[in-house]
Amino acid sequence: MVLADFLILGAVLFGLSVAGIFLNRKNVIILMMAIELMLLAVNMNFIAFAHFLGDTAGQVFVFFILTVAAAEAAIGLAILVVLFRNRRTINVDDLDTMKG
Amino acid sequence: MPFEKIVFYLFAAILVYAATRVITVRNPVHAALHLVLAFFTSAGLWILLEAEFLAITLVLVYVGAVMVLFLFVVMMLDINTAPIREGFIKYLPVGLTVAGLMILEMYLVVQSKYFDAERMPAPVPKGADYSNTRELGGVLYTDYVYPFEIAAVILLVAIIAAIALTMRKRPETRFQNPAEQVKVQRNSRVRLVKMEAEPKD
Repeated sequence: MVLADFLILGAVLFGLSVAGIFLNRKNVIILMMAIELMLLAVNMNFIAFAHFLGDTAGQVFVFFILTVAAAEAAIGLAILVVLFRNRRTINVDDLDTMKG
Repeated sequence: MPFEKIVFYLFAAILVYAATRVITVRNPVHAALHLVLAFFTSAGLWILLEAEFLAITLVLVYVGAVMVLFLFVVMMLDINTAPIREGFIKYLPVGLTVAGLMILEMYLVVQSKYFDAERMPAPVPKGADYSNTRELGGVLYTDYVYPFEIAAVILLVAIIAAIALTMRKRPETRFQNPAEQVKVQRNSRVRLVKMEAEPKD
């Protein structure tokens, strides 16, 4: 395998998750899953570069991305639970109270 | 075809399949389970790239914690998927166009001569006594100790935020008031009554 194989795999993953954001733009949960997939694609590129350049800094960066992604998922799901408790919906179209 | 190449293409195919199912499946629970499959296959690919610690971390943290949280929330919320799915067909052309364009652009960049086997040769495989965890820990606790502590603070903030957001006072739940308990006096608990002795019948 060469580096390009992994980079193309990461690009395909990223493109799929962008398509997922377009397709499921009503469902907040699937949107968050698409964001997780995007982070996975980015991590794939980081680890591929860290391997082929022989530099551990890429793996350290992936470590921090995993930390921040876990925090983001926890807070995002907490917001989602509060939202569902108040509005009884997670449809993005119904969440327009701040539109004015 | 060498074994590593077979493993890479097998895992890449499973990963792309799982990612496609995540964004197209109707049931959010199925989407979460396909995302678990995607994380597992990515962990396999990361082991192929000699990043063993991060591969295990991905399985433990993502599959074990984050995806379980996702499944928990998906199953707890009573979601009617029918109105959420509307617009799927409507946005399908633009979504596929944008995704295809992005993949094509990245392919053209990545497939250039700067990332081929000559410029970026595959490194020599590490020996059996090489410990990825040891190397990563050695870097993490020396050069990156300050970002490491910031990461710890971020996790703490996430814990506090998640609890503070979802905690609510229910009127029917009974709880103790420590201040009232501390300032209690003897008079409010015990009442001495002086009375005449009752005559025995």
